Amino acid sequence: MLRTFRIGGIHPPENKIASSSKIEVLPLPEVAYIPIGQHIGAPATALVAKGDKVKVGQLVAKSSGFVSANIHSSVSGTVSGIESIVDASGYPRPTIVVAVEGDEWEEGIDRTETLKEQITATPQEIVKLVAEKGIVGMGGATFPSHIKLMIPDGKVAEVLIINGVECEPYLTADDRLMVERGEEIMVGIKLLMMSIGVEKAIVGIENNKQQAIANLTALSKKYSGIAIQPLVVKYPQGGEKQLVKATINREIPSGGLPIDVGAVVQNVATAFATYEAVQKGKPLIDRIVTVTGGGIAKPSNFMVRVGTPISQLVEAAGGLPNGQLKVISGGPMMGKALPTISSPVTKGTSGVLVMPSEMATRPAASECIRCAKCVSACPMGLEPFLLNKLSVRKLYPELESRKVTDCIECGSCSYICPAGIPLLDYIRTGKSAVMHAIRTRKK
Amino acid sequence: MENQFIVSPSPHVHGSQSTQRLMLDVIIAMIPAWAVSIFFFGWGAVVTTLVAVVSCIAFELLIQKYLIKGPSTLYNLSAVVTGMLLAFNLPTNISPLLVVLGSLVAVGVAKMSFGGLGSNLFNPALVGRVFLLISFPVQMTSWPAPIASRASLVDAVTGATPLGIVKEAVKAGKPVSEVISSIPSYMDLFIGNMGGSLGEVSAAALLLGFAYLLIRKVITWHIPITIFATIVVFSGALWLANPEKFVDPIFHLITGGVMLGAIFMATDYVTSPMNPRGMVYYAIGIGLITILIRDFGAYPEGISFAILLMNAATPLINKYVKPKSFGEVRHG
Repeated sequence: MLRTFRIGGIHPPENKIASSSKIEVLPLPEVAYIPIGQHIGAPATALVAKGDKVKVGQLVAKSSGFVSANIHSSVSGTVSGIESIVDASGYPRPTIVVAVEGDEWEEGIDRTETLKEQITATPQEIVKLVAEKGIVGMGGATFPSHIKLMIPDGKVAEVLIINGVECEPYLTADDRLMVERGEEIMVGIKLLMMSIGVEKAIVGIENNKQQAIANLTALSKKYSGIAIQPLVVKYPQGGEKQLVKATINREIPSGGLPIDVGAVVQNVATAFATYEAVQKGKPLIDRIVTVTGGGIAKPSNFMVRVGTPISQLVEAAGGLPNGQLKVISGGPMMGKALPTISSPVTKGTSGVLVMPSEMATRPAASECIRCAKCVSACPMGLEPFLLNKLSVRKLYPELESRKVTDCIECGSCSYICPAGIPLLDYIRTGKSAVMHAIRTRKK
Repeated sequence: MENQFIVSPSPHVHGSQSTQRLMLDVIIAMIPAWAVSIFFFGWGAVVTTLVAVVSCIAFELLIQKYLIKGPSTLYNLSAVVTGMLLAFNLPTNISPLLVVLGSLVAVGVAKMSFGGLGSNLFNPALVGRVFLLISFPVQMTSWPAPIASRASLVDAVTGATPLGIVKEAVKAGKPVSEVISSIPSYMDLFIGNMGGSLGEVSAAALLLGFAYLLIRKVITWHIPITIFATIVVFSGALWLANPEKFVDPIFHLITGGVMLGAIFMATDYVTSPMNPRGMVYYAIGIGLITILIRDFGAYPEGISFAILLMNAATPLINKYVKPKSFGEVRHG
């Protein structure tokens, strides 16, 4: 039986045009650009300097606090320096630049593709390895995964929820991973279950990925405790609050985390990365990136080393089409428009979406007709028309009382507004001002 | 030389609905009722509608250009919708001059003087209609007889509406059963073979429009269904208590302006509440007030007043009745 979340949601056209493109390993870049901040939290501290030789899998930047992550080199070669490179956010960030030479790996990493089913690590070792190998949330949020596996005092983990939803239109990286590397994912899920001490895992997959559902359902017979739950296709089901509601019918309270309702949520690619880290000793140095869009000649799913310039992926997919384009890192609903494609792929780059000119410009905005479609679309049950107006007028105390901090910035409101009002633009600025005020108050 | 890319904040895609498309869908939903009206009332239906639409467009154009001195707002088709809805609320034998006057009040007073589409407090077409009803009661309560009035305009053959017949009887102290024979059959009432406003007579055609609006996702079911349910429950209770003084609920649903009002007037975006719970309270209010006026008030029909009164309550409803938010535990 198909399940889903109840409040709000929209149905943008799915456009999963790359869904049957098999994963293709992209050749190594000539120069790799490895940012030291590829995760939520404090950027890592660089351990290498100009002239150092590095190998694949070598720790090149160390986690610098509780909410931070290790960064490993994805290539072998010589460090040419630590420079300020513009990343997907549009801002320059400190980046380790490596001139690539050969493909030499660190000792102790098992590069074979043979499945290693048998789990010898203890729960504590699993958490330690997840932290050590730099695993972060691969759905795009890049939250350091080991923190989620450390259950706070007073909370109990009952179930592990695996996010195989991939609700953004166009993106197919998780889909292909579930179809082609399903068994490794199952072992990865088992490892995660062990690390938090739960007997039960649910993999949520949207119903437009029939092959993935079939593959994992067949495998689940072999791996006890893992249930595959097909879900109605509805955006933003991949949001963790919506996914928890859809799979176990519990609503995370405002300001809370999944653990407050007994759940730990991890993306399916994070489960795969966990398998590689624990069973193969391989740190997070590569990921699948979907290159897609109407004008792309060869929509593809590439296995890419972190640090590869996005331009190389676009070339391999047939190059940029003509016209005034928009190039998005991520999906069309929450992705970031890139000012340049020379930026590198990072741990959180799930896709590169090239939009042709007719789709790249926004509709003209007119006055609000109070149709309340934004209210029906909002998955958090908020009133976007009101939050928008309050944000425009900078009425921050009332914004706070209207729960603007609950907004997950999914974009459903802007999407649905018949008057073309860019609701999320202002709500985002209002939310950011309110969160700043809350932080200042707490000090 | 690298391409220059367009950079703007997310989301980067947009849904297919636009204000203009929504208004067009409303116009399409009104076509069945308009067609039936032309069948029963002939030329009067055509002329009244055309005069109303042209006047509304003209007044909006003139006010926007010369008084407000802003860009034209006609592209969103709301002036056409207001014109058609106003026409639907008038008897087809009304003088075109009064139609122009009603349009001026609807567009100029009820809509533009409040700030245009999105800022009006009251339903513009209803304000136009009620203004005409109060200022020109004789012309506004002279109803052309169906079929017989087809070939004429202002001088059409007239007759009473079913609600009018019942109201007169009750005022004179006669039991309802005595006048039932002079009222058309339920099938006639459902199809629209009775006296009444241009767009209100045919429940069948209006319900077709309702289905279209639901399929095209222009409106949700909450307001019309709640109005129907409230009317059935309230008028049903009265009828069961005293069938000689009060007519049955089905009669209430298919005569007068309930169908037109519930489906097309009460559901106006700007003047109705903005979440399902609020919409239900609003619709209950409309149902109750309509029956109160019909069964106890001086007028035979009350839905126009009921909707306008609940329009006034909408800002209050929006302020205090909030949608169910994620993670909220509501008590009661």
